[in-house]
Amino acid sequence: MKSSLHNKQLMTGNEAAAEAAIQAGCRFYYGYPITPQNEIINHMAMRMPQVGGTFIQAESEIAAINMLHGSAAAGARVMTSSSGPGISLKQEGISYLAGSELPCVIVNVQRGGPGLGDISPSQADYFQAVKGGGHGDYRMIVLAPSSVQEIADLVYDAFDLADKYRNPVMILGDAQLGQMMEPVEFYKPAKTYLPPKKWALTGADGRPKNVIKSFYPVKGELEKFNRRLQKKYRKIEETEVRYEEINTKDADLVLVAYGTCARISREVMNKASKIGYRIGLLRPITLWPFPKDALRRLSQRVRTFMVVEMSAGQMVEDVKLSILGRCPVHFYGRMGGGVPSTNEIINNILEVLPKINAADSVEMIEI
Amino acid sequence: METLYAPPKTLHRVATHYCPGCGHGIVQRLIAEIIDEWDIRGKTIGIAPVGCAVLAYNYLDIDMSEAAHGRPPAVATGIKRVHPDNIVFAYQGDGDLAAIGLAETIHTAARGENITVIFVNNAVYGMTNGQMAPTTLLDQKTTTCPEGRSADEHGSPLRICELLATIDRCSYLTRVSVTNPRNVQKTKAAIKKGFRTQMGKKGFSLIEVLSPCPVYWRMSPIDSMRFIDDEMSRTYPLGTFKDWEKEGS
Repeated sequence: MKSSLHNKQLMTGNEAAAEAAIQAGCRFYYGYPITPQNEIINHMAMRMPQVGGTFIQAESEIAAINMLHGSAAAGARVMTSSSGPGISLKQEGISYLAGSELPCVIVNVQRGGPGLGDISPSQADYFQAVKGGGHGDYRMIVLAPSSVQEIADLVYDAFDLADKYRNPVMILGDAQLGQMMEPVEFYKPAKTYLPPKKWALTGADGRPKNVIKSFYPVKGELEKFNRRLQKKYRKIEETEVRYEEINTKDADLVLVAYGTCARISREVMNKASKIGYRIGLLRPITLWPFPKDALRRLSQRVRTFMVVEMSAGQMVEDVKLSILGRCPVHFYGRMGGGVPSTNEIINNILEVLPKINAADSVEMIEI
Repeated sequence: METLYAPPKTLHRVATHYCPGCGHGIVQRLIAEIIDEWDIRGKTIGIAPVGCAVLAYNYLDIDMSEAAHGRPPAVATGIKRVHPDNIVFAYQGDGDLAAIGLAETIHTAARGENITVIFVNNAVYGMTNGQMAPTTLLDQKTTTCPEGRSADEHGSPLRICELLATIDRCSYLTRVSVTNPRNVQKTKAAIKKGFRTQMGKKGFSLIEVLSPCPVYWRMSPIDSMRFIDDEMSRTYPLGTFKDWEKEGS
């Protein structure tokens, strides 16, 4: 279905996100410098003029998200990117975008927080992304890549999902995924049917006017609008859940992790299986909609879960809500820019998992 | 019988939510008249602010977008970059443009975006019951400076046209009012010139309109008009501060 556009090239995750957006037909990018996402804004500044697109270094994150609002309202594919503090500044704009049902893509290359924090990898913006950091009852589709190739692939999908549902989509990465280099291949995006943007602002030439707004001051109208939004969100929950499930069939313990932590957890799984432990991995790719049905199903046969995050424990709440107490959910997290090592995670697994094989002992395990 | 004058087609025939004596209705009607006269309904896109003019899209029969408080110039930028041959205007009040959105105002001007800002300055936050604005006059009483604005306590009024006049990429800056038919016609000519500025891709234009808010000035509509002529225009003198045609730029 997909046809290769280039040969494989070595790129940072950030550059891959930017280039994939251009390949997906995005011709408008507005951003503001912040580490660790600067490769995105730099790549866009170089590439947009080459493809006849628009790049603006905005005066603030707030201006950038509102420029995005304008270009999305005008019917274009548009993207912005930032990290922690900058994404916080964009929250009002994201609420307006969701309330105005404008399709757009927002990349968050997460860094340590709260406050200015640091520029190391983190997953502490999960709540902000998934529960809505802005005001009001809205949802963003949140995609969590765990490799440079997957960043590129999900950026293509993000634009399609945004257009399909008239909704903002966030790519939730982190400093590690953004900064590391891996081979990546860009594809000519597969043609999917997307509804024409009849609602877009183009000038009301020979047609009734279009208005883009989120303001419903007449009593009852806003609730009606909210009900329609929720209906759309239910449809997204029914249709767009994505996750990867590895070795869960006979697993005694299933790790649940996304992004960078999913990569580390996969390594943990492989190491642990070599020494006789049956460890599986469930990797959510969509953080909203969350793969709650998959987790619920697993909870009927799995003894225990361990959620691994670079946060004080955010996604773990959604895991617990999904399995409703059917089995224990353990958590291992690092905060403030700390990245867990495989050994740290394995040691934690051994603490919670009853020994499967009496012959094994913790002391004997060399990792 | 020959029709000498009719309401503009681009203005919906509905009652507005504006208070008696408010200037917004006049300015929005002027925009509608220009759109009719130039037959540009099919290529004009407006941005409504947060504030009294939030419902402007209910009155103007053109494509319009809402914008978050203070952000119409950024939204206008995003629209104009997608449709460079359309006429894009941001309609803003003083709180929107000169307080919460001042950064967007200045930087949109600095980029020389080919958009027109129509800035309705009534020296007060009307939508939220009359609080102090950046353009509130000294000694003017509002709900948040009940004893009158004091330079020591509240700072001095911001003169937006004068402030923006220092920016090279700013092409057309003028201050007008709507206190009498002559001034209303001057305002209409200024908006036309703003639109011509962007049609000729000459850069950023801003028309500041001194406009009455009788309810929160606690004056009659007629006294409000006199107040603009006698008091307000002393702090905010009418005139043109930048004109690309005269500078030959």
